[in-house]
Amino acid sequence: MLEKERIKKSPVKLTKDDFVSDQMVKWCPACGNHAILASVFKVFPEIGYQKENFCFISGIGCSSRFPYYVNTYGFHGIHGRAAAIASGVKIGNPELSVWIATGDGDSMAIGGNHFIHLVRRNIDVNLLLFNNQIYGLTKGQFSPTTPRGGVTKTSPQGTIEHPFIAAGLVMGAQGTFFARSLDNNIKMLTEVMYEAAKHDGTSVVEILQNCVIFSDKAFENITDKGIRDDVQLWLKHGEPMIFGKNKDKGIILRDNKLRVVTIGVDGIKKEDILVHDQYRKDPGIHRMLGRMHPPKYPMAFGVIRSAPFNTYDRLLDEQLEFAKKSDPVKNVDDLLNSGDTWEI
Amino acid sequence: MVKKSNVVELEDVVVKFVGDSGDGMQLTGTLFSELAALYGNDLATFPDFPAEIRAPHNTIAGVSGFQVHIGRREIHTPGDMCDVLVAMNPASLQANIKWAKIGATIVVDQSTFEDKAITKAGYQSNPLEDGSLGDYTIIKAPITDLVKESLKDLEIDKKMAARTKNMYVLGIVLYLFGRDVQKAVDALNKRFGKLPDVAKANKTAIKAGYKYAEEDETIIRTYKVDPAPMKKGKYRNITGNVATAWGLLAASERSGRPFFLGSYPITPATEILMELSKHKSLGARVFQAEDEIAGICSAIGASFAGNFAATTTSGPGFSLKSEALGLAVIAEIPLVVVNVQRAGPSTGMPTKSEQSDLMQALHGRNGECPTIVMAASSPANCFFYAYMASKLSMEHMTPAVLLTDGYIGFGSELFKIPKVAELPAIKPPMAEPNEPDYKPYRRDESTLVRKWAVPGTEGLRHRIGGLEKTNIDGNVSTDPLNHQLMVKLREEKVKRVEEFIPEQEVFGEESGDLLVVGWGGTEGALVSAVKKMHDENYKVSLAQFNYIKPLPKNTKSILSNFKKIIVCELNMGQFVNYLKINFPEFHYHQFNKVQGLPFHVSELTNKFKKVLEDN
Repeated sequence: MLEKERIKKSPVKLTKDDFVSDQMVKWCPACGNHAILASVFKVFPEIGYQKENFCFISGIGCSSRFPYYVNTYGFHGIHGRAAAIASGVKIGNPELSVWIATGDGDSMAIGGNHFIHLVRRNIDVNLLLFNNQIYGLTKGQFSPTTPRGGVTKTSPQGTIEHPFIAAGLVMGAQGTFFARSLDNNIKMLTEVMYEAAKHDGTSVVEILQNCVIFSDKAFENITDKGIRDDVQLWLKHGEPMIFGKNKDKGIILRDNKLRVVTIGVDGIKKEDILVHDQYRKDPGIHRMLGRMHPPKYPMAFGVIRSAPFNTYDRLLDEQLEFAKKSDPVKNVDDLLNSGDTWEI
Repeated sequence: MVKKSNVVELEDVVVKFVGDSGDGMQLTGTLFSELAALYGNDLATFPDFPAEIRAPHNTIAGVSGFQVHIGRREIHTPGDMCDVLVAMNPASLQANIKWAKIGATIVVDQSTFEDKAITKAGYQSNPLEDGSLGDYTIIKAPITDLVKESLKDLEIDKKMAARTKNMYVLGIVLYLFGRDVQKAVDALNKRFGKLPDVAKANKTAIKAGYKYAEEDETIIRTYKVDPAPMKKGKYRNITGNVATAWGLLAASERSGRPFFLGSYPITPATEILMELSKHKSLGARVFQAEDEIAGICSAIGASFAGNFAATTTSGPGFSLKSEALGLAVIAEIPLVVVNVQRAGPSTGMPTKSEQSDLMQALHGRNGECPTIVMAASSPANCFFYAYMASKLSMEHMTPAVLLTDGYIGFGSELFKIPKVAELPAIKPPMAEPNEPDYKPYRRDESTLVRKWAVPGTEGLRHRIGGLEKTNIDGNVSTDPLNHQLMVKLREEKVKRVEEFIPEQEVFGEESGDLLVVGWGGTEGALVSAVKKMHDENYKVSLAQFNYIKPLPKNTKSILSNFKKIIVCELNMGQFVNYLKINFPEFHYHQFNKVQGLPFHVSELTNKFKKVLEDN
């Protein structure tokens, strides 16, 4: 169970049933979103807050129907604005555990500005970024994360745009928490969501989510059972960055660059492998880890960065407390009568 | 030896201080106003400054001004033409001479009338010497030189000495009005208490200026404006923007809901954001957002989360907020949107005032999207209408748009300080924990208002948002009949607010030959014009609207009591069109002005007379 000041803990152990809503889930069968929903049902009872203190905020898109399916307080906003709405929810009511459900189009195109500023401010909310590299609800247009060359309904000859890498955007915006997971790995997804909740500040969890209709198999080069062990690096704090079917590949740092090595080849020993420190304040290695992708590198999963910095909400609280103590204006009558006044 | 001069007693006087952007005219005007208030005059002020922070020296673009209207009677506007013009350089004289009454006294800093500055101001020859100012009484004082001389014994640098020329000229003006220079010295002590050198320099300059005027043989006329008979009470001077900010804070305190502001800097509304940022001691959570959209969206989030939330902006920002305002309407949450209107379209004239966002406030959103729309009509009553917009928004669970404008936002007047406890109570419809069978869109039968269930409250979990929803249950629905029902309910809910607002008042007789109709920030000019008409025995009355949607219930009956109606607005006719839609049975004359300037009383009275004469 998590302990955060101000957020009430549930006096009883909650279960999935406490969070299932009475609404019919209307995503396509086999959509990756179902697994994300299942992970939330699993992790919320573990987090252990009072069920009324969870709050889900969303924008527009398939991802953003999420709040209707979770029995918490929820607000379904407008396209791109979930981050801005959630900022107001958390600042206005710090006793809530605030979760944002958003997509690649919602957060990185129309809502890009709010997204980077939320991250920069480090407001204590959790953002689940459903990245399926496509606009699903509007039926198949390319998004800011569609790989270059991707053929979609609005890029019949392939996109000519350079895609965003969410991790790069988050760290460029001074992000303090970034994790990556896969929709089909509920165990790991649950773990990173728990870590996100634990982190003080804006926690961005990128979920590579398969859209069976418009971008099916977009992540096949990462998730295919035959190769996945060789292209997925699951990070764990304090443990060496080892991956591969035979657990013999690893990441080392040489000349300020990450390199893939094989243990036992060229004299590389297990001790040479870089040990993951998710709490490092310096984002250098986290930034490099976040940008790794096949074929040259594996893709990094798990908590890439969880650096301890002050949160906006805590600093605001401190300023409010200080002002309440030091400012002679204690109420609006004081304010009205402050400064120059005249009795007539 | 003090010479005798001719004292002119006046009902009211308009004084305008103008100079280069760096000349300190805002401070001079503010100080003069404070002293007038202390003396007991009623007053109104208006700063007139360029959009540029420091435009090129000695150019027309760099002219900054501050106008003060003081009187021994009620003062409603900062005044049209001035009786006294203080011009600190040729450019400011050139730019403002058209606002000086024939016969006005003009005080100039003669030291600045050098060839280069005269040319830069666009004069062909020195206006002080070429006889072009023959219609005015000119007081030529080489102020820049005099102030250097007066301060030469103080151990301060020359730059600081030169900067006090605004106080020197204030000294001259104080003499012109027979005011006690010691009061000014006291005010300077208070203002610059922590900077003794600055205080000393300014005090020396103001006293020297006063003395100069006393001894100057060419000053043959001074003015006397007695104190005004004011209602007993405690007063302060306040600008519309500060009053708006305080009204919001008072509404938060009275409603018991914590205050949240989500806002983005924009002229001429930024002062509200800045003012609220100062009041964390009152629990104000002020969020300077990354853009206008985040300003309103964060406020929507905070409102959903149980705060009394507001967002403040001007026209262009209001456009950006349109979609989100629709979200607040369909979600049915309280939210106050303040639009300090400026001249548009687009960037338009940011520092100039207009009333051209009324249609946008009423209709500028997708879908059938009603909100409460109100307008403040003077700097001081921004407090009350911000308070009332907040009250109605919270109690009726709907957004309220409050329109003010740059003219009343920047303008100031005396404000009789109210007691918060005496303001109308605010009782938001909060849902209680574990309320049995709570439904997010269950409504009060008479007001159609739903309840405000704050996240974190036990037993009230629910989801709402921008999709159409079923009445009562609040589940997402595209059912055709339900949609029509919800559209009607949202409209009707706002309409029923009419039961909770006061009846429209009429200034003047209840019936007559001409009803002048105005709304919002033009009240001062319209009241003054109608008073003038009364002085000339015309049967003219004024209905100045503060509640626009819904309109007060007696609007139709007021309109029907006059032979003619004229609607005066600083736009192309937005309120008149709104009245035509609501009350097509009447014929409306119009008077519209779209120059970024307020109405002048004389142009109003001329128009009224013409309308009365025409058959």
